[in-house]
Amino acid sequence: MTATSKAEILRALRGTTLEPVELPDLDQSWTTYADRVEQFSTVLQAVGGQAYRAADLADVNRRLEQIAAYRDATKVCASLDGIHKANVRLDDATDPHQLEDVDFFVATGQFGVAENGAVWVTDAAVRHRALYFLTQHLALVVPATELVDNLHQAYARLSFAEPRFGMFLSGPSKTADIEQSLVIGAHGARSHTVFLIG
Amino acid sequence: MKVHATHDHADLAAEFVADSQRTAWHDQALWFVRAKRDTAARAVPEWERLRELASQIKLHTLANLVDYLEQFEAHAVQKGACVHWARDAREHNQIVLRILQEHGARRIVKSKSMLTEECGLNPHLQAHGIEVVDTDLGERIVQLRDEPPSHIVLPAIHIKKEEVGQLFHQRLGTAAEATDPKYLAEAARAHLRDKFLAADAGITGVNFAIAETGGFVVCTNEGNADLGISLPRLHIACLGIEKLLPRACDLAVFLRLLSRSATGQPITAYTSHFHGPIPGGQLHIVLVDNGRSRIRQNPLFRESLKCIRCGACMNTCPVYRRSGGYSYDNTIPGPIGSVLGPLQDPKLHRSLPYACSLCGSCTEVCPVKIPLAQQLLTWRGEIVRMHLLPWRKRLAMKALSIVLRNTWMYALAGRMARRIIPRTPRFLIYNRWNAWGKQREIPAFPKHSFRELYQQRQRATQSERKGTS
Repeated sequence: MTATSKAEILRALRGTTLEPVELPDLDQSWTTYADRVEQFSTVLQAVGGQAYRAADLADVNRRLEQIAAYRDATKVCASLDGIHKANVRLDDATDPHQLEDVDFFVATGQFGVAENGAVWVTDAAVRHRALYFLTQHLALVVPATELVDNLHQAYARLSFAEPRFGMFLSGPSKTADIEQSLVIGAHGARSHTVFLIG
Repeated sequence: MKVHATHDHADLAAEFVADSQRTAWHDQALWFVRAKRDTAARAVPEWERLRELASQIKLHTLANLVDYLEQFEAHAVQKGACVHWARDAREHNQIVLRILQEHGARRIVKSKSMLTEECGLNPHLQAHGIEVVDTDLGERIVQLRDEPPSHIVLPAIHIKKEEVGQLFHQRLGTAAEATDPKYLAEAARAHLRDKFLAADAGITGVNFAIAETGGFVVCTNEGNADLGISLPRLHIACLGIEKLLPRACDLAVFLRLLSRSATGQPITAYTSHFHGPIPGGQLHIVLVDNGRSRIRQNPLFRESLKCIRCGACMNTCPVYRRSGGYSYDNTIPGPIGSVLGPLQDPKLHRSLPYACSLCGSCTEVCPVKIPLAQQLLTWRGEIVRMHLLPWRKRLAMKALSIVLRNTWMYALAGRMARRIIPRTPRFLIYNRWNAWGKQREIPAFPKHSFRELYQQRQRATQSERKGTS
């Protein structure tokens, strides 16, 4: 049935020839920032997240301890080595439902985008991508050198050759569906911290 | 769900407009979003260039849609997805139901998708014993009220927190009289988390699909789409064929425009890219036509297919802001809905192109440069051509056209009106035949028209000149 539907839809589309419009070249000059770290941090804060500069992983651990939600967390999971408090092993879970009660997840972000405060994360080192959304609180560790100016530069870095999940994460989960009042922590993480490391 | 006896915009708006406090509140809530959009747009120096590029990319894609659809399908299959094609809403609903039944899925979590609203997917699945839970907070609120969304991005924009409090008290057991949005959202979080954890499958819409990679992007702020499809092993994505983009790099243009236009955010909190199914799971993509190929054939309204469903035209529309989403009686309300509605059914939605003051604000804010005001004007001509204009309006327009084309008739009509109307009893002017006078007063008539005053003045200056020379 679907095969004939496809043929019918395509036939209907082929029946009308539209005026050709050239696909524009997007290799253009776009807004860049003198201080990407500064821009990234400002935008992230405006959308409810928090960015910190950190010298190294030891520094990240120290700063994590200053976050109340981290200190209070019972179950901590990390997709990178060296997070002191990590006590839930990501790979031990055979089913994502087992990670339902994780309080804090520390993950690696590939790169950040100064323009909008977003960080690109994938499920490459995260067996259950559900954890990004299940965890009560989220922190991302991103090399400070890995900040691009804008989304155009961001897509120049991405290939999508592999069947893999990836997303731009910008700030905590939020909603304004009740009278336009902003509420942080709709379904996903209630807090969103990015450590720009190095 | 309410079934309306009338489909006329003005009739449907009457109830909403009657409560002037609520109208003002609704107007302000949307203007607040519009103002945020302005701030965000102005912060991007290349904003106008992005709009132009977005429009070009969409027009290019529409012109080459067959190639891009075939590319998309091939690449999506390569990445491990199953691709289905649906000519119309019925077929779409059948396909989704069949996939769910094949997997024995009975509990479904769904994230916002105007396409599934358009197709009436929920009632179809429910009729077959499947539980469908809308997981976007606003959508859950309207679902619990047995209402459709009144806005495509802000589904519950017409509902007050007191009403949400009452609803949640009855349905979710929150404290009576509670109205704090934070408390209510927290209750919804707990309620919906149970639904997420128990779900057998997740259904999402699609914001953009990429031909060259076979992937697609879903944007949310709540993270509901992602939760709904990362816990169950089955993901069904429903996608209108106009959502295609040729290249991944095109996403940069559209993502920079989408959330800034919608809510004034630099990007949505979750902008997820799906290429293939979750490890160990299945991904089904349903490509839906449902009238889109027909709209593409129509040179007058083809450009409406560029729409990326940001809602900016609604937030800025003086009519939408004051009449509410339900007055349109169409899945998609506001200016874009008033173009798309009559394309689906011109007779049913013939009043929508008139729910517009032709102020042109929608055209100015549209991130993909759909000439919305122009299209609404064009529709009015089409409605007349199709003989769909109500006889009263048709007659009035005919008469007006004759009077306006004849100087003497116009002058005479003015003179008579100035004499007669101030002396006419009120009930003869303000009655049910005078829709214009429902909420308006005719201004006081001057003694003389501009033409008469001008002629008097000319005579006076002429005699003055004669006097001095």
